[in-house]
Amino acid sequence: MLKIENLHVKLEEEDKQILKGVNLEVEAGKVHAIMGPNGSGKSTLSYVLSGRDGYEVTEGSASLEGEDLLEMEPEERAAIGLFLAFQYPVEIPGVGNMTFLRTAVNAQRKARGEEEMSASDFLKLVREKAKTLKIDADMLKRPVNVGFSGGEKKRNEILQMAMLEPKMCLLDETDSGLDVDAMKLVSDGVNALRNEGRGFLVITHYQRLLDHIKPDVVHIMADGRIVKTGGPELALEVENNGYADILAEVA
Amino acid sequence: MALPQETTNATEERIASLTLAEGGWSAPARKDALARLREMGLPVRRDEYWKYTRPDSLTQVGATEAAALPPETPVFDGVDRLRLVFVDGVFDAEASDDLSLEGVTVERLAEIADRDIHWARDLYGVLEARGQTPVARPLAALNTAFATDGAVIHVHGKPSKPIQLFYLHADPSSDAILHHLIKVDSGAEATILESGPAAARFNKAMEVEVADGGVLHHVRTQGRDHERRAATHSFVRVGAGAEFRSFTMTVNGILTRNEMVVELVGDNGLAHVAGVCAGDGEFHHDDTVFITHDAEDCESRQVFKKVLRNGATGVFQGKILVKPGAQRTDGYQISQSLLLDDDSQFLAKPELEIYADDVACSHGSTSGAIDDDQLFYLRARGVPEDQAVDLLTLAFLAEAMEEVADPELAEMMLSRLEDWLSRRR
Repeated sequence: MLKIENLHVKLEEEDKQILKGVNLEVEAGKVHAIMGPNGSGKSTLSYVLSGRDGYEVTEGSASLEGEDLLEMEPEERAAIGLFLAFQYPVEIPGVGNMTFLRTAVNAQRKARGEEEMSASDFLKLVREKAKTLKIDADMLKRPVNVGFSGGEKKRNEILQMAMLEPKMCLLDETDSGLDVDAMKLVSDGVNALRNEGRGFLVITHYQRLLDHIKPDVVHIMADGRIVKTGGPELALEVENNGYADILAEVA
Repeated sequence: MALPQETTNATEERIASLTLAEGGWSAPARKDALARLREMGLPVRRDEYWKYTRPDSLTQVGATEAAALPPETPVFDGVDRLRLVFVDGVFDAEASDDLSLEGVTVERLAEIADRDIHWARDLYGVLEARGQTPVARPLAALNTAFATDGAVIHVHGKPSKPIQLFYLHADPSSDAILHHLIKVDSGAEATILESGPAAARFNKAMEVEVADGGVLHHVRTQGRDHERRAATHSFVRVGAGAEFRSFTMTVNGILTRNEMVVELVGDNGLAHVAGVCAGDGEFHHDDTVFITHDAEDCESRQVFKKVLRNGATGVFQGKILVKPGAQRTDGYQISQSLLLDDDSQFLAKPELEIYADDVACSHGSTSGAIDDDQLFYLRARGVPEDQAVDLLTLAFLAEAMEEVADPELAEMMLSRLEDWLSRRR
């Protein structure tokens, strides 16, 4: 599904190398987690994959189902099924949440040559999905993320994911800013979307999110590389011993 | 202080090119206005009040030619309304509706010259003269002196539909001067619509008296011809518990200066003045607003948003004056521009002058580009860049658009803005 080979990335402005040869493949139906200390390049990886400005790929490749992601505009990547759940969802005053969702859903459909969703079908679907995430009518009406709590913003990300039905989901520190109840709600939302055809890459600093979203594979990232890969037990090792032991081991 | 000879000469030359109407009830007011104009002289570039906008093309003898574009579907088509049509500033009876409507008396300034309508005589040139202090507005005095026609609207009930002043532009060198009078009686309520490019050069003044408890909605669009020029003045007096709500959308036109002078003279009055403009290239748009609080517990709003691209210029000069004794004034002023490229500019001069101690007044002015984070967020959800920019642009305008009370009118204007966004890239 998602294939990353020898990816090297530097910051355009600072000429600073952040990713130094990342290799990773996420298969359909699997959940991969990337853990790592702050500054290891986890978020950069999610931004580069989704097409944010400011990064320069100096070497390597990234593709989704064989299509070269790095050549595409962000909206093209979204249309072929890539979704990034933001660590810091952006507030957009003046754009209603519902308008935003509908615009996104129909833009993607249009890009894929599909028919736009009718207003009534859309409304029905969004209400159904919102309900399971405990997103009320008021949150749907309000401007995108404006005045939302941390938990509401993350639930709103998952709602977008549910509506857009991507093939490959990147979750960037989705647990940050969540209390226990919100984490459960968000995780349930993510788990409901797990299926054979969909891949997940969950980026997190802490193991606790992985108690709720059980990964198949765990990668440890440090200094711009994947330094260790294992099963779910690797996450527990980090939880118990911190990153220092693992990093010392691979050094 | 004597005027510079140059100014006097230019003013006299302009006056000589125009004809002062003789006789009728408005004659004394016109003579007084002419005297005011001579005393003030026409504006020149070095005048503080014209620092950001070149007055030359508005003051010169004769209009600079402006191509008249073929008419488009009028923006308010589909709204049930009473329509008065002016072509190049000349009333077109055939194209206009029958002027009778319950709750309002609509007449033409040019037709009532010989009939002494008391309220009209008490208003004509009176609010304009009051509006000349503390800042001179010579083009308004010129208008009072030389206006050839206008609508005289007396709202004494609640007419069932809006009254529209619809301005067509046909002659590439037309130079129109219209002067409207509007009186809203106590407890009466009406909506006035204005739209259309009007003339190659349009000087329009409007004097409005909203009596205690009266309500006037004013919704205006200024289009569409790229080369047309306009200087408009609205002088408004708002009584106790009365409301004046004005919204203007300007799309295109090479030069537009809209001056809005509002006095809140009765307790609990309300004045909201808002506008959006969208401009390209040589487009220059100036909103000059002066709201005076001269009574207790009044509320005023100035909400102006400008979208500029390809080197367009936006200007905002806005003032809130709170007079002694105008306690518990609630005043708010915001002027913002969205610059879609590096060539466009926004010039703003917000002012507050407050002589009462129990007052809440706030103001802000910003100028910025499309937010990169917002743009990326939309694109990451699959919205193409152009569409995302349009969405963010309309979001930027939303606060001003919300000042339009009637959702149907707001929707119609919004679709014009969407057209503008899609047309020019």
